[in-house]
Amino acid sequence: MIEETKRMGMERFFGSYQSLFFITMTLFIIYPFMVSDYYIDVAFFFGIYALLGLSLNIVLGEVGLFDLGHAGFYAIGAYTTAILNTKFGVPILILLPVSALAAALFAYLVCSPIIHLRGDYLCIVTIGMGEIVRIALINNPFDLTGGPNGVYGIDFPSLGGPFVIDSSIEYYFLIWLVVALSIYGLIRLQHSHIGRAWNYIREDEVAAGASGVDVRHYKLLAFVLGAALAGVAGNIYASKLMCVSPESFSFWESCLMFCIVLIGGMGSIPGVLIGAAFISLFPEIFRPFAMYRMLIFGTVMILMMMFRPGGAWPRKRSGIEFTSFLTRKDRRRDG
Amino acid sequence: MVDSDLRNTQPIVLETKNLTKVFGGLTAVNAFDSHVHKGEICSLIGPNGAGKTTVFNAVTGIYTPEKGHIIFNGSYITGHKPHHIVAAGIARTFQNIRLFPNMTCLENIMAGQHCRISSGLWGAVLRSSRQKQEEQETRNVAESRIRQIRLWDYRHELAKNIAYGSQRMLEIARALATNPTLLVLDEPSSGLNPKETEDLMEFLTGLINEEDITILLIEHDMNVVMGISDWVIVMDEGKKIAEGRPEQIYHNLRVIEAYLGSDDG
Amino acid sequence: MEVFLEQFINGLTIGSFYALIALGYSMVYGILKLINFAHGDFFTLGSYVGYTVLVFGSAVVTTHFGLWGGLIAAMIVAAACVAFMGVVVERAAYRPIYPAGRLPAVVSALGASIFIQNTIMVIWGPRYQAYPASLIPNIHIQIGGLHITMLQIVILAMSFMLLGILYWIIQKTTFGAAIRATALDKDTASLMGIDFNKVIFFIFTLGPALGAITGVMVGMYYRQISFTMGWNYGLKAFTATILGGIGNLPGAMFGGLILGVLEMFGAAYISAAWKDVFVFLILILVLIFRPTGLFGEKVAEKV
Repeated sequence: MIEETKRMGMERFFGSYQSLFFITMTLFIIYPFMVSDYYIDVAFFFGIYALLGLSLNIVLGEVGLFDLGHAGFYAIGAYTTAILNTKFGVPILILLPVSALAAALFAYLVCSPIIHLRGDYLCIVTIGMGEIVRIALINNPFDLTGGPNGVYGIDFPSLGGPFVIDSSIEYYFLIWLVVALSIYGLIRLQHSHIGRAWNYIREDEVAAGASGVDVRHYKLLAFVLGAALAGVAGNIYASKLMCVSPESFSFWESCLMFCIVLIGGMGSIPGVLIGAAFISLFPEIFRPFAMYRMLIFGTVMILMMMFRPGGAWPRKRSGIEFTSFLTRKDRRRDG
Repeated sequence: MVDSDLRNTQPIVLETKNLTKVFGGLTAVNAFDSHVHKGEICSLIGPNGAGKTTVFNAVTGIYTPEKGHIIFNGSYITGHKPHHIVAAGIARTFQNIRLFPNMTCLENIMAGQHCRISSGLWGAVLRSSRQKQEEQETRNVAESRIRQIRLWDYRHELAKNIAYGSQRMLEIARALATNPTLLVLDEPSSGLNPKETEDLMEFLTGLINEEDITILLIEHDMNVVMGISDWVIVMDEGKKIAEGRPEQIYHNLRVIEAYLGSDDG
Repeated sequence: MEVFLEQFINGLTIGSFYALIALGYSMVYGILKLINFAHGDFFTLGSYVGYTVLVFGSAVVTTHFGLWGGLIAAMIVAAACVAFMGVVVERAAYRPIYPAGRLPAVVSALGASIFIQNTIMVIWGPRYQAYPASLIPNIHIQIGGLHITMLQIVILAMSFMLLGILYWIIQKTTFGAAIRATALDKDTASLMGIDFNKVIFFIFTLGPALGAITGVMVGMYYRQISFTMGWNYGLKAFTATILGGIGNLPGAMFGGLILGVLEMFGAAYISAAWKDVFVFLILILVLIFRPTGLFGEKVAEKV
């Protein structure tokens, strides 16, 4: 029994894929030393999308909540960093947890009154929330957000003295360190009662409540955590780009994040990484195709869902593939 | 069958007083009074649409009644949220089995222990010793329950892949994993063949004898009702129309069947 | 008071656009539970096809059919092209995905939307295009203090006529009942003898066709069209669908009209920049108090 307990968690996740894991790790570490700044930046944005995908995965992948407004949390994180840094000189690194908290608090306040809404209605409300954030940013209330041009002149993160993160390589390692830490925390959560509670809610909310799960609390928790992670992504993004503007946080971004989770595999952490790779690397790889690029992109999305609706790397539960969750057909009446 | 003087010697575990539930223009449950005594198996019977499941849903917190109260072990639980009621000690199963289909049998049962876990977010992320202990306890309870329903070999199988009869038992095991004092079962024998029904009856009476538990069930199968109940309550059109020991109800049943017979259409 | 009425009429106009697009959304959504993101792009495609007919075919069309004929021709061609596209998209992008469930369908719909949007861009170019100016004579009419243009009257008349016809089809004909039945419970509907494939064919031709005609009207009304405009209209239409209640077709129509009016009042009395925020806030408030939409959906979950 104790062996079984040990097998849940780190050991179980890495056990069967140990060699793959070590190869990937090595590649990750030597990659930035072998390519130009441009390609390091590509990998940086891969990391940002990975973090965003992981953050939405909590809400959409684990709990199954239809969130199409996640870019709003990303925006709150980015703009909190941008405004507090440029207007009040608060250092970027301190703003990392602050941005996470701001986004988390926003999620808590905004989701509490609507968390009970059923799937489709929740969807439209999240879209609405995302749009409200974006429009508010464009309209420059209290002259805070800089309007359509956004906020510029954001600092680099620094620990004082020579320890400043200002080069592509340093940003690369920063984002991937944050992603790695997030993955660690998320795997722990997945294999705890919290992760299970989320999955119970996704499978059958009523049954979950009847089994003792405080459904409202866990749904809110998912949103708050997801928002916090998105806020962290916003902070790092803001300082890397040194400026933020509303067009980076549109409904389209929310859709991209949604696709990352679905294309990779709902509730699957390696899947999210694959999804993020697809979303961020695809435009790069297909750059030579110029304006046909997006046509191919759209087609690939359709084909992916046709042939791998469970995602590129579906969540496995004891070695059985997780694809047919998505089929809501009730097959229990067998006679 | 247990001693029928149970009702006189044992305390009341669950009581409904004047329970009334209205949906739009329809009064599904109308001034329903009942009590269930500790250690007994009490059956709630009646034609379809009589309001039995609505009573269950009110007792387990899914609905809030318009009028009346529900008292569990002396405390008012009317209108409380489902997860609070589970934590207080009432666990249920559903008429149309509601398992978590894409999770393993073991994980399904582990859901029951959720309300007994007190560690939070940080405990889970940092794997505090309390969290590890509670995880271990959860597994232990789930494993012992899955052995009890004789599905140990299927513990890592996805719940949707096991046989219908096993799914019914799995749902009961999940309810038992909450460490309940009152088990509320909604048509547990529905869809089971005669052998499975017999096993179920044996299982339930075994539960009463071995554990400190009370069972309230909705049933249509008269073999089950007559076979294991200590007390039977009859509902029709939202009201209680009779109650008594199984033999009493059985004879009364002739009258009721005549009543029902004239009613079916 | 005049301002109020003018804004109300503006609101009804744009609301009728939303309503027509929302109908297409609601039919697909109610029956298949699929958020057809591509629907907004059907609308855009219709607008562009109409533009092509009017600008490049104007000489031919107006000599043979006159000004009104030209417009009608543009609408018919647009509707036909887009209806065809609707069937193609349903067969290629949606039908294979149905068994996989709702969420993959959303991704597929997004993919289809991207594809159509970018096809429009490839064919017609990324810049704004403009509808010809003198389609409807630029006559202004004064009723009391109320100022209204011929264009508005024509558009309003056309939209409400279409809405009326659709309302009649849906509520009063047998086929309409078939659609409503399928939207409520498609398995039972097919058991009752309703040909599901016919219903699907209908909603994927009629919906996009409506969207296309609306696209032409929008081109006439605002004159400027862009290949990304489907996004915004689609979102508003989806909002109207939900506002009216899922699966509730008349609800979607009224939802669209209400949305348009709210948006205009928001723009006039609060601020043009914040009008969308106003609309979304109203939506959120409505859902908090009426979780199944203004007019209610017709489904309930039995526990």
